[in-house]
Amino acid sequence: MIPLLLIAGLTLATAAVALALRNLIHSALLLIASWAGIAAFYLWAGAEFVAFAQVLVYVGAVSMVVLFAVLLTRRSRDDISVAIDSPARGIAALLTGGAVLGVLFGAVISSPLGAPAAGARPSLSVKELGLQLMGPHAAALLIVGVLLTVALLGAVVIAAGDRTDAAERKPEGNP
Amino acid sequence: MTYSPLHLCLLFSSALFCIGLIGALARSNTILVLLGVELMLNAANLNFIAFWRYGPPTAPGTGVIFVIFAIAVAAAEAAVGLALVIAVYRHHRSIRLQDANQLKG
Amino acid sequence: MNAALLFATTGSVLETLPVTLRDLVTGWLPEPLRWLVNSLVGVGTLLAVIGLLFAYLTLAERKILGRIQNRPGPNRTPIPFINLRFFGLAQPFADGVKAITKEDVVPDGADKVLHFLAPVALLAFSIMTLGVIPYGRHLVLLEFDAAVLYFFAAGAATELAVFMAGWASRNKYSLLAAMRALAQLISYELPLLLSVVPAVMLAGSLALPAIVEAQGGWSYGFLPQWHVFTPWGFAGFIIFFISALAESNRSPFDLPEAESELIAGHLTEYSGFKYALFFMAEYFGMCALSGMGVTLFLGGWQAPLPFLEFIPSYVWFGVKLLSLLLVFIWIRATFPRLRMDQLTRFAWKFLVPLALINLGTAAFWSLTAGWSGPLQFVRWAVALALVLVPFTLLGRRLSAGVAPRTYRYAT
Repeated sequence: MIPLLLIAGLTLATAAVALALRNLIHSALLLIASWAGIAAFYLWAGAEFVAFAQVLVYVGAVSMVVLFAVLLTRRSRDDISVAIDSPARGIAALLTGGAVLGVLFGAVISSPLGAPAAGARPSLSVKELGLQLMGPHAAALLIVGVLLTVALLGAVVIAAGDRTDAAERKPEGNP
Repeated sequence: MTYSPLHLCLLFSSALFCIGLIGALARSNTILVLLGVELMLNAANLNFIAFWRYGPPTAPGTGVIFVIFAIAVAAAEAAVGLALVIAVYRHHRSIRLQDANQLKG
Repeated sequence: MNAALLFATTGSVLETLPVTLRDLVTGWLPEPLRWLVNSLVGVGTLLAVIGLLFAYLTLAERKILGRIQNRPGPNRTPIPFINLRFFGLAQPFADGVKAITKEDVVPDGADKVLHFLAPVALLAFSIMTLGVIPYGRHLVLLEFDAAVLYFFAAGAATELAVFMAGWASRNKYSLLAAMRALAQLISYELPLLLSVVPAVMLAGSLALPAIVEAQGGWSYGFLPQWHVFTPWGFAGFIIFFISALAESNRSPFDLPEAESELIAGHLTEYSGFKYALFFMAEYFGMCALSGMGVTLFLGGWQAPLPFLEFIPSYVWFGVKLLSLLLVFIWIRATFPRLRMDQLTRFAWKFLVPLALINLGTAAFWSLTAGWSGPLQFVRWAVALALVLVPFTLLGRRLSAGVAPRTYRYAT
């Protein structure tokens, strides 16, 4: 139980601080730490494959996209730090978030979730997981592949813009 | 009343969800809003794993497979979302949400 | 007969020697503590061996580069107190002392925390990748069911440290170089992963010991069933090796720290011990990737010939690892640096398609595993064609319009 509390504390703290900071790069890096904390939770829960996938996707890939986006959307170095907006907005957000938190906590605490059967720790080897993915979930896997391809192409098209001077440049190569 | 580990996991994920929600509502920087949404998505994933680990036994690996697909979709979402942020920045020279309030570019 | 038996017994004794030694030390401890101490001993040994390897790799690199450039390389550092030079074998330690005693300069506008955190994070992630590699039959530190995924997850996290170093330095060259480094690392992550997939596919497991086991045995009595001795394995190994060169920022892909263009890239504002940490992390990363290559394609700790099996497995692993590292050094001395556009074009237009086709070749190879007799020749011919034809065609397309440079005023 103690590892869970530690992981939860660290993850929540990094996430909260990340969304409160003014420095965008620091925010992004702290959020990446919190994603790593979530991966640690998966590892603790015994979902090894998901934990590594989480690190690979979030810490390795999404983080890079976020950091590139931060650096590409600033005019000067000091643009990195963004001010907190109007206090009214912040208070409204806190109130909404607090209300949702209260509802969720109340619901979780009052629901009679039975203790798990003793020794019923589910385990899933990578091989079983692969068979599951390739068997019953093969269609979903294919659709995710198509989705990722489309998303990749779409992201490139959206972000590339419509500058024409790039096309006019001469092809590279030695004379 | 004593709480099972499942309770703790669910409390953890609800707290994470609310942090993401507050962040997405309070900040006006588009990237931070996107990150808040991403955090909420992660909180949902956390629940899947918690129920897979402690919940009533189901078909093997349902929760894990759901999370794997969710991670894949989240990666696509982040890529497209941040590409949109860059496109918006190019139009308005700003990524504050309030500045991007016109449909016509 | 007796000699063979003697060989076999000494072999098995030597094979389990590290484990036996460890158990001798920790055997008397109670159970949970014993597990902890065993793990600590394992980690300590690994760090000591890899650290020593790092120290002498830097020396070997300087010596070999020196010999290739027709100069002796460092040979002046004497061993303390006895004043014996001995080929400059004490050079790494002198370098270490120098790095530690140098002044640590942090730029005024730097992001102090991140500036400090970057080398530490990089080193930590590189060490993490070292943990899963099976160094011998009984020498695996971390046994994961998804070890390959763990390796690449930890490897992907190093990109973050590079970004941190570049951004925290508050230096235009650093930031530019970090962006270049990231573009390179991300581009080459793809062929690296794709070249690994066939090996995983054929072994049917993501656990590294299982992949090594799958490469045991000899076909026709002499050809080891290492992956590199199959058509898809050979192509995969070459793709893996090239991508590994790029991933570890080694020449000819050392653009991120191209000294002549970018001062030293994201390392510009680092000095003293932090710089040494970066250096160390780079070499650790190189060792980890080489170890991975050995494990996936070169048969891991398997002996190359049946009658050589009495030599313990970790010796074989060490020999293979060292020879791969020497090739790294040799390549550094031989090839000129690529240009940025050539670098990305090479990855996306050449390595990625080849790796994808290689996946198909591996699938064909595993489907035809039952073919025997003359059909085996068909199998080899088809697989070779599947490797060589795309290679030739893609290579032609890539080098179209590129001719040897002609010099007008010189010959």
